[in-house]
Amino acid sequence: MATREEVVSGLAEILEEVAGVNPDDVSEEKSFTEDLDVDSLSMVEVVVAAEEKFGAKIPDDEVQNLKTVGDAVSFIVANS
Amino acid sequence: MGATSPLGGDVASTWDAMLAGRSGVSVMTQEWAELLPVKIAAQLAVEPSEVIDRVKLRRLDRSEATALIAAAEAWADSGLAGAGIDPERLGVVVGSGIGGAQTLLAQDDILEASGARRVSPHTVPMLMPNGPAAFVGLEYGAQAGVHAPTSACATGAESIAWGLDMIRSGRADIVIAGGTEAVIHPLPIAGFASMRAMSTRNDEPEKASRPWDKGRDGFVLGEGAGVLILERADHAAARGARIYARLAGAGMTSDGYDIVQPHPEGTGAARAIAKALRDADVAKSDVVHVNAHATSTPVGDIAEIAALKAALGDHPVLTATKSMTGHLLGAAGALESIATILAIRDSVVPPTINLDDPDDALTMDVAAHKARPLQIPAALNNSFGFGGHNVALLFTRA
Repeated sequence: MATREEVVSGLAEILEEVAGVNPDDVSEEKSFTEDLDVDSLSMVEVVVAAEEKFGAKIPDDEVQNLKTVGDAVSFIVANS
Repeated sequence: MGATSPLGGDVASTWDAMLAGRSGVSVMTQEWAELLPVKIAAQLAVEPSEVIDRVKLRRLDRSEATALIAAAEAWADSGLAGAGIDPERLGVVVGSGIGGAQTLLAQDDILEASGARRVSPHTVPMLMPNGPAAFVGLEYGAQAGVHAPTSACATGAESIAWGLDMIRSGRADIVIAGGTEAVIHPLPIAGFASMRAMSTRNDEPEKASRPWDKGRDGFVLGEGAGVLILERADHAAARGARIYARLAGAGMTSDGYDIVQPHPEGTGAARAIAKALRDADVAKSDVVHVNAHATSTPVGDIAEIAALKAALGDHPVLTATKSMTGHLLGAAGALESIATILAIRDSVVPPTINLDDPDDALTMDVAAHKARPLQIPAALNNSFGFGGHNVALLFTRA
């Protein structure tokens, strides 16, 4: 099971690859759309890549609740 | 004007290479090429990844990237950036012959291998044939209308013709017009090769594209984009724009003959040329140069000669720049319009390389092997496409 720190760092890698986000800007309190400028199509890519990386299933209904990086970390830690 | 082509990453380098008679055709080093009967292509001289950042590029089909690169050069060249133009008077007409086929096929591979959930959410805007036009429109905030005509190898020229129509009909003052294509991929190549439409002169890539030569055995596939900024004359004059040439007229017809073969006497092509002449109100005698469609196929090259002689007469000096660029399909008419315009500006006809042993049916003058100085008051650019599409564009000195 991955720690929160490991998930944050894994998400930062994905966000850099998919959306060009600087990994230094990624922390738990950041909002995907407002702070990191991740649009809805890129968010889909992030989710699919995160599922693959952490072995967690993230249902589409759940994605809208993942406002911040911390929200995603909590979901992944609880479901992987 | 803007371009990215097998000869260069911009208009200047492409034009210099044309005047020098350089071939952009080379052996494909991709692994899959080993399995194809055709192993040569005219690939981009400058990869889009050298110009567009990685994250932006992964959301673009290659044909969209080339369109954006050509449009960026044209836009910068036009001096319109920061000129305070009304976005509601700015239009875009940028077509592609085949569209985002590389994306379609790559995502199909992902679908087969990994399932539907892995298919990229960017797939649809990347593969849709209006994607290049839409991305260009988005980049420059065009609001007068964004259009993507598609007529196979006549697409680039047809886009320019529709751009002219947008301006003449009062729907726009400025139109970003051109064509783009990037389908150097095993499937389209296999398809064209199965039609026996492509050259298999694999051991002599630079000699493979040889319009009107007796040894021609089909076209060489090229990739790239060409974009023009069309602007209403009084609008351009009012802002003191640098004007390359006047797009004086266009003629479009359809053969109604065969889905892929041109009419052997080129009657539809001749009607397009005649229409362009009437539309431009230019005397035949002023049209002293033609950038021909001439793709290096046995039937098409000669049908065009018949059309030119019927509609225009024997006097023009022809060239086939596809001998150097290969055939850019939906971008061809746009790139060749740029060559036609620069021929007028610089008073020089770019060469047709590889015309070593002219076909007996070539009964017109061609600038073979070397560029030829020529004062050009008016010049014609022909484009024809599978489906029987014929487009003739007539440019005159500004």
